[in-house]
Amino acid sequence: MFLALRELSFARGRFALMGLVVSLIAILMVLLSGLSVGLVNDGVSGLQRMPVTSFAFQEDVTKDAAFSRSVLELDAVTSWADQPGVADAAPFGNTLVNARTDREVEIDLALFGVELGSFLDPQVTKGSALAGEGEVVISQTAAEQGIDVGDEIVLEPSGAELTVVGVLPDQHTFGHVDVGYLSLPSWQEIKAGVRPGDIVPDRVYDEITAVAVRAQDGAEVDLDAGDKGAGTTSLTLEDSFGASPGYTAETSTLQLIEAFLYAISALVVGAFFTVVIVQRKHEIAVLRALGAGTGYLLRDTLMQSLVLLVLAAGLGVGLGLAAGGAIASTSMPFALEAGPIAAATVVLVALGLLGAAVAVLRIIRVDPLTALGGNR
Amino acid sequence: MTATLSLADVTLVLGDGDETVTALDRVDLEVDGGELVAVVGPSGSGKSSLLAVAGGLTSPTSGSVRLGDVDLATASRRRLTALRRQRIGFVFQSGNLVPALNSLDQVRLPLTFGTVSNPRDPRQLLAEVDMEHKAGRRPHQLSGGERQRVGIARALVTRPQLLLVDEPTAALDRHRSQEVVALLAREAHQHGVATIMVTHDHDVLHHCDRVLEMIDGRLAPVVAERG
Repeated sequence: MFLALRELSFARGRFALMGLVVSLIAILMVLLSGLSVGLVNDGVSGLQRMPVTSFAFQEDVTKDAAFSRSVLELDAVTSWADQPGVADAAPFGNTLVNARTDREVEIDLALFGVELGSFLDPQVTKGSALAGEGEVVISQTAAEQGIDVGDEIVLEPSGAELTVVGVLPDQHTFGHVDVGYLSLPSWQEIKAGVRPGDIVPDRVYDEITAVAVRAQDGAEVDLDAGDKGAGTTSLTLEDSFGASPGYTAETSTLQLIEAFLYAISALVVGAFFTVVIVQRKHEIAVLRALGAGTGYLLRDTLMQSLVLLVLAAGLGVGLGLAAGGAIASTSMPFALEAGPIAAATVVLVALGLLGAAVAVLRIIRVDPLTALGGNR
Repeated sequence: MTATLSLADVTLVLGDGDETVTALDRVDLEVDGGELVAVVGPSGSGKSSLLAVAGGLTSPTSGSVRLGDVDLATASRRRLTALRRQRIGFVFQSGNLVPALNSLDQVRLPLTFGTVSNPRDPRQLLAEVDMEHKAGRRPHQLSGGERQRVGIARALVTRPQLLLVDEPTAALDRHRSQEVVALLAREAHQHGVATIMVTHDHDVLHHCDRVLEMIDGRLAPVVAERG
């Protein structure tokens, strides 16, 4: 580090310029990470917060639209409950609706129909839990839009009414729409388009979207065997995220952008150090003639790039967090989480270091003989 | 007494195929500790090649190059690097100092490359070459003569057995040239360093113990040039 730190200080303008580029990439990376987490939260936080290990859908359902297309009969729940390793199995209904409150707040809701008292029946932070038909508990994010406990929600176009009895902790959204939990019979009537006063056929109360399965602690449920017994198609909870509207398209687009960003970072840092080493070629020859080993020179240059990358990435992440904090307070789907940002920073620094490593291998080819004579 | 540096029947052929040049042609040379040997000769006569072979920067095509008990011609690359770090000092044209380092750090630099037994004190060495007052200056803030003085201190900090000096007065005026070569002679004599200095400058040869002439890769003594 003797030479590395002095070089950084001496050529600070040149290194600052390079650091600025890395900082800008880091800022962009933080913002992308925030957007990515925000979109995931908006897309599937309602599913992420369910105590579920897998969902069993209708057999041969299109997997990327399973929640909207799947229709199962209730007896599939019994079949899944009897599977080895299954702690709980409960019916689950899912449908998207447009609604308006009695205070004229317009809202779209993802209605999750659950059996009251089952392991899917959610806890609330405000109001009370579901106790009967015609009740709904809503996501914290829906409450932030002006809906409160006691409000009446009228679904369009059926005119079915739900009373808000409680508010869920945190964000619960599905496909960028706020989640509302309600009893399974209420959900089944809404799904069937039953209007107030209609006679409801019995078959309506036999249809669900999926069977929600919770495995016993430490147990691994044989999904194929369960599917065979129940005539279903299972997806693990994580795989089921792909069945949320737009989830795969959004996340894969952002992942592609992030991957390009990392590649650009590695290339930019590599190109910079290539130029630096070409400029320092005679100096490196002198150092080698004086007895500096290849290991010393490689270590010194890599440590220099590490210091530069860490400082620049640190600055960029700091600025990115400040900008992200401002964005998070808007309606954009944006959420800053330490884990993804830390991981992205490590990848950014590691790939930058890899780019620098490829560049500094040129040091090996510098001949100390060129230090002699008029070679400069 | 065994010479510090001993070249026996050293030939160096550069290039491939038909395009070959014999840079060193059966060169024999012995330099004792404390001796300052000047090598003069026209450009392209093989003077820099002699330094390169003596300093382990390149291996001769044939012959042996011994520094004390080590044969540089057969030593591994890693061993040669260690030898240059611990037992050989180089002084280059114009000093060839590292732009980012001040004078004191230039002298400290070789000690950071690895283990050096019994090094000299960099600050004291800087004082010895009369550069202590400019310890904090970088190369661009020094004159040509000052840069050479710092370069000499850098080469001596590891207490080398062999000092190889490449055209030290090439960019200096007559007065500075005399000062720099006098300094080299003093350091060689006081500290018992075997020193080979390649130069075009005949005005400084009176500081040297021996003067050799290199013509077309062959080395011969020049008795008349002695000062």
